[in-house]
Amino acid sequence: MLIGHQPKPFLLAVEGLTVSFDGFKAVNDLSFYVEENEIRVIIGPNGAGKTTVLDLICGKTKATSGKIEFRGKELTKLKENQIVKAGVGRKFQTPSIYDDLTVFENLEISFPRGRTVFGALTFTRDATVRDRVHEVAEMIFLKDRLDMSAALLSHGQKQWLEIGMLLIQDPDLLMLDEPVAGMSVSERAKTAELLNRIIKDRSVLVIEHDMKFVEDIAHKVTVLHQGQILSEGTMEKVKNDPKVIEVYLGH
Amino acid sequence: MNDNRFTTRSELIGILVLAALLVVVLPLCLDVFRLNLVAKYLTYAFVALGLVICWGYGGILSLGQGVFFGLGGYCMAMFLKLEASSVANTKIQSTPGIPDFMDWNQITSLPLFWQPFHSLTFTIAAVILVPGLFALIIGAAMFKRRVGGTYFAIITQAVAAILTILIVGQQGYTGGINGMTDLRTLKGWDIRPDHAKVVLYFFEVGLLFVCIFIAQFIRHSKLGRILVAMRDQEDRVRFSGYSVANFKIFAFCVGAVFAAIGGAMFALQVGFMSPSFVGIVPSIEMVIYTAVGGRLSILGAVYGTMLVNFAKTSLSESFPELWLFGLGGLFIAVVLAFPNGLAGIWQDHVQPRIDRLISSRKPKSESGWTDNSVADGAPAE
Repeated sequence: MLIGHQPKPFLLAVEGLTVSFDGFKAVNDLSFYVEENEIRVIIGPNGAGKTTVLDLICGKTKATSGKIEFRGKELTKLKENQIVKAGVGRKFQTPSIYDDLTVFENLEISFPRGRTVFGALTFTRDATVRDRVHEVAEMIFLKDRLDMSAALLSHGQKQWLEIGMLLIQDPDLLMLDEPVAGMSVSERAKTAELLNRIIKDRSVLVIEHDMKFVEDIAHKVTVLHQGQILSEGTMEKVKNDPKVIEVYLGH
Repeated sequence: MNDNRFTTRSELIGILVLAALLVVVLPLCLDVFRLNLVAKYLTYAFVALGLVICWGYGGILSLGQGVFFGLGGYCMAMFLKLEASSVANTKIQSTPGIPDFMDWNQITSLPLFWQPFHSLTFTIAAVILVPGLFALIIGAAMFKRRVGGTYFAIITQAVAAILTILIVGQQGYTGGINGMTDLRTLKGWDIRPDHAKVVLYFFEVGLLFVCIFIAQFIRHSKLGRILVAMRDQEDRVRFSGYSVANFKIFAFCVGAVFAAIGGAMFALQVGFMSPSFVGIVPSIEMVIYTAVGGRLSILGAVYGTMLVNFAKTSLSESFPELWLFGLGGLFIAVVLAFPNGLAGIWQDHVQPRIDRLISSRKPKSESGWTDNSVADGAPAE
C-alpha cells in the first residue's frame, strides 16, 4: 500500500473518495496523492467527474464517503471558508468575478485579512494591501485597469483576474478548472506564462482539455473516466497508455 | 486620494441638501399638521434605509420588515402605555394601574413580560435588542441552511403574517386589533401637543442622520463591498474565505434594527401602535418605498419614502379605492423602467447635466465624481 509511513508527507491525500447523486456515482472510490510543489493535471472525457473532484476538495460538494487529507487536516469535515483558511484556493470554470466592483476591489476582497464580519467592517486599505494588489495586478496584466469596472473586462482578462484573486489569497494548493478555455491563442500563451510563474512554491491541481498546454505544465497527469482513475503518471506514459487512447485521446 | 473614505464629495453634498430640507425648509414651510405627516413618513424612511443595506447591497429581499418595525414600535408603545396607565388615570377600572385593554380582557395583574417596560432604559435597549435578536435567530436559521432568494422572501412574509395573527389573537396582552392607543406622556412630558410633535420631529431627523451615517460607514467599508460581491457571486465570496451566512445575517440584523428605530419613533410620533403596521401589506409597501427611491441609494430611500407616502396621503384623500392600484402600478413601472429608482434617474440624467454645468463654468475644476453607488472605492492614482 502507498499509505504506510512516508518519508515526505503528501500535501493532499485523497483516499476512497466517493460521491453519489441519487445513486449515480460521479466519483467512485477515487484515491490519489499530490506532493508539495507538484503540478498535477486531471484530464478525461466530459462527465468523467473532474470538476466534481475539485468541488469535493474545496467543500462545494459533500462526499458520500472517503477521506481528503490536506496538511494533516481532514477537509471533508470543514466548511468552505475553513478550507480556504487551511490553504486551498479554487478557480471556477466560468470566470467568477464581481462585475459590480472595480478590478482593485475584486483583488482586495481576496486579500487574506478581515474575513470576519467585524474584521471586514474595520478593514483599512493600508500600504500593504495596496502594494500587494498592485503587485498582483502587474502579474495578471491588468495593472492599468485597476479602476475599471470588472464587468468591462474581456473574457480572458476576467480569467486572469480570477487567477489574480487566488494569488492574493496565497494558497498552498491552487485548483484551476480549465484556465485557458475560451481564450485566444495569444491569451493562452500569456496564461501559460502566468501559470508557470505562479506555480512556484505551491502545488497546483489543474483540469484542462488543451493537450499542448497540459504537456507544457504537467509534472504528472491523472486520467479520469466514469469517476475512476484510468491511468496516472507522466504525460509520456499516459499518452501511450492504450486505455487512455481508446476512451479519450483517440478522438 | 484617501481610501475607504466615509463619503464622496457628491454624497456629502447630498446629505447636506437633505439636512437643509428636513431641518430648515420643511419646518419653515409646513404647518404643524403637515410636518407631523412628514414625521410619520420619515419613520418609514428608517425601514427603507435598512432595506438599502439588506436588499440593495446584500441582495436579501425581506418582505417582512413590518415585523421589526412592529417589534420596535410595540416595545416603545408598551412603555408609553404603562406610563399612561397610572393608578390615578385608571381608577375607574376594576383593576387600576394596568393598561385599559387588559382590564377589558379580565386580566387582573400586569403580565410578567410587561414589568420591565416600566423602565425607559430597558425600553430603549429592548427597541434595539428584541428585533435585533429576532432577526439574528431568523437569519441564522435561514442563511446557515443556505435558504435565500424567493424562499427567504416568502418565509419573512409568513413571519409577518404569524406575528400579526399573534398580536391580534392575544388581545389581553397586546391590545389586539386596535393596538395600543391613548399614549400620553414620556417621562411626564406630554407627547400630544403641537410643540412636542415639533421637538420629536427634530429628534427623529437627528436619529435618521445617525442611521444614514451608519449606513454610509457600512457601505464604504470592505463589508459593503463584500455584500455587493455576494449579490452576484456568492460562491466566489465563499471560496475566498468568507462565511457568506454571517455577512447576510449581519445585513439582515442592520435592516431589522433600523426598522425597529423607525417603529419606536412611530409610536412616539403618532401616539399609537397597531398590528396594521406589522403585516404583509405594510411590509411590501416598505419594499416599494425603497424600490422607488432606488435600492442602491441611501438618500434615495429617504426621498422615495417621502414621495410615495405623500402621494398616498394626497391620492387616498381624493380616491381612496384607487390608491392600492396606483401603488402596484408604480412598483411595476419602477421595476420595469427604472430598476435603480429615483436615484438612478438622478445619476443618469440630472447629475451629469449639473456636472457639465459646473465644469463649463469652472473649466479647471475636478471632473464630477458621479455618485456611482457601487463602482466607487478604488482610488484613482
